[in-house]
Amino acid sequence: MLATGVVGAVEDPWIRWSWISGHADAILAALLQHIQLTVIAVVIGLAIAVPLGLVAWRSRLFRGPIFSLTGILYTIPSLALFAFLIPFTGLTILTAEIGLVGYTLLILVRNIVVGLNAVPDEVREAARGMGFRPFAELARVDIPLAIPAIIAGVRIATVTTIGLVTVTALIGEGGLGSLIYDGLLRDFKTPLVVGTVLSVALAVVADLGLAGAERVITPWARTRITP
Amino acid sequence: MNFIGQVAQWFLDPAHWTGDGGILHRTFEHVLMSGASVLTAAAIALPVGIAIGHFGRGGILAINVSNIGRAVPSFAVLVIAVQLFGIGALPAFIALVVLAIPPMVTNSYIGMREVDPDVREAARGMGMRERAVLLGVELPIALPLIMAGVRTSAVNVVATATLAALVAWGGLGRFIVDGLGLQDYPMLFAGAVMVALLSLIVEFSLAGVQRLSTPAGLRPSKSRQKEGPSGTALDTAVAA
Repeated sequence: MLATGVVGAVEDPWIRWSWISGHADAILAALLQHIQLTVIAVVIGLAIAVPLGLVAWRSRLFRGPIFSLTGILYTIPSLALFAFLIPFTGLTILTAEIGLVGYTLLILVRNIVVGLNAVPDEVREAARGMGFRPFAELARVDIPLAIPAIIAGVRIATVTTIGLVTVTALIGEGGLGSLIYDGLLRDFKTPLVVGTVLSVALAVVADLGLAGAERVITPWARTRITP
Repeated sequence: MNFIGQVAQWFLDPAHWTGDGGILHRTFEHVLMSGASVLTAAAIALPVGIAIGHFGRGGILAINVSNIGRAVPSFAVLVIAVQLFGIGALPAFIALVVLAIPPMVTNSYIGMREVDPDVREAARGMGMRERAVLLGVELPIALPLIMAGVRTSAVNVVATATLAALVAWGGLGRFIVDGLGLQDYPMLFAGAVMVALLSLIVEFSLAGVQRLSTPAGLRPSKSRQKEGPSGTALDTAVAA
């Protein structure tokens, strides 16, 4: 509040370093909350998407409804999705997480199904010929071979979630979005710039980190190009 | 009275439908702003993406523009636009155009690149000139993917236009933002219903357009369709 009051007559620069050094704790807390909201959403999203993806892959009957439902969730704008939940779950982290998880599902389920569908039939037959039972075949052949596609999905879901977390500032969460919202409410550029830059940086670091993790856990796929 | 009853009553109140702040005017604003932004962005993005795809240079840029676009929060783009252009319709329009460009560039580029080189060669071998190859062969084959990019952008734009209520613009997001501010939950919920419906209408009608834009000879057989209604060939979404 003080900052805008004082500089009201002067041109507000895009970045005011003194504000950053004076608010390092708050900035760090926002960053950590952003990471926390993102990790919870992607982990829960994955926990729901893996069984959904397996069902959609194996069952023609359920594939259509699963894709339709997750597609509808993905299409509904985030602010509207949060607004649907607020009358029931209030301005809480639960509202934020239900919405964020909802957005990851389509991306994750689709990539899981695409990855599993891409496992060559010959590989599966070879596994069966070697005496793999269905569960072992799934756990030791199908899923490992689908990992590059699944991680590609996790990367897109993570980057998308990092962007969406900023919107939860409107319902009292927000992470770095709370800095952006603060910049809007007080017409003060520094928190806006800090929140935006850190959010983009976080998305880039997360994307590269997941790409690196994929290389480590799928050494056999290093020549393959993932989307 | 239960909550859903209150929402129904909100919709049944004729006063909520008319006037500058009414449902009809807000819907009109939302559709007009979204349509204008998507068309403007398409006029900029499609020639760029198609040219890059046709000439085969700058592909890395075309691919990465949507990756970068995904990493930049649309909420931040909107607030930055306010800092540059003040509040109201102008910053909302500019932010929406900026957000709509990347998926269209990437998808039109990929659409053009995915044209089978043999088909291109065959067209040249038949004596078609470059212009005819582009307009008569490459573009029709690329059209479904180009339309997929337009659809992705349009759905994002409708979503982000909702956020534009925060920067003192109208549209259907007003009901949500005001509902939050006034703790008027029936209005908040009613706003969410309208925004969700509009988004789904845009998504499904553009999915229909995309299907119709596929040349008859290239339509996949039913058994090959493994994706859901939102399953664009490439996920270039920048969700808002």
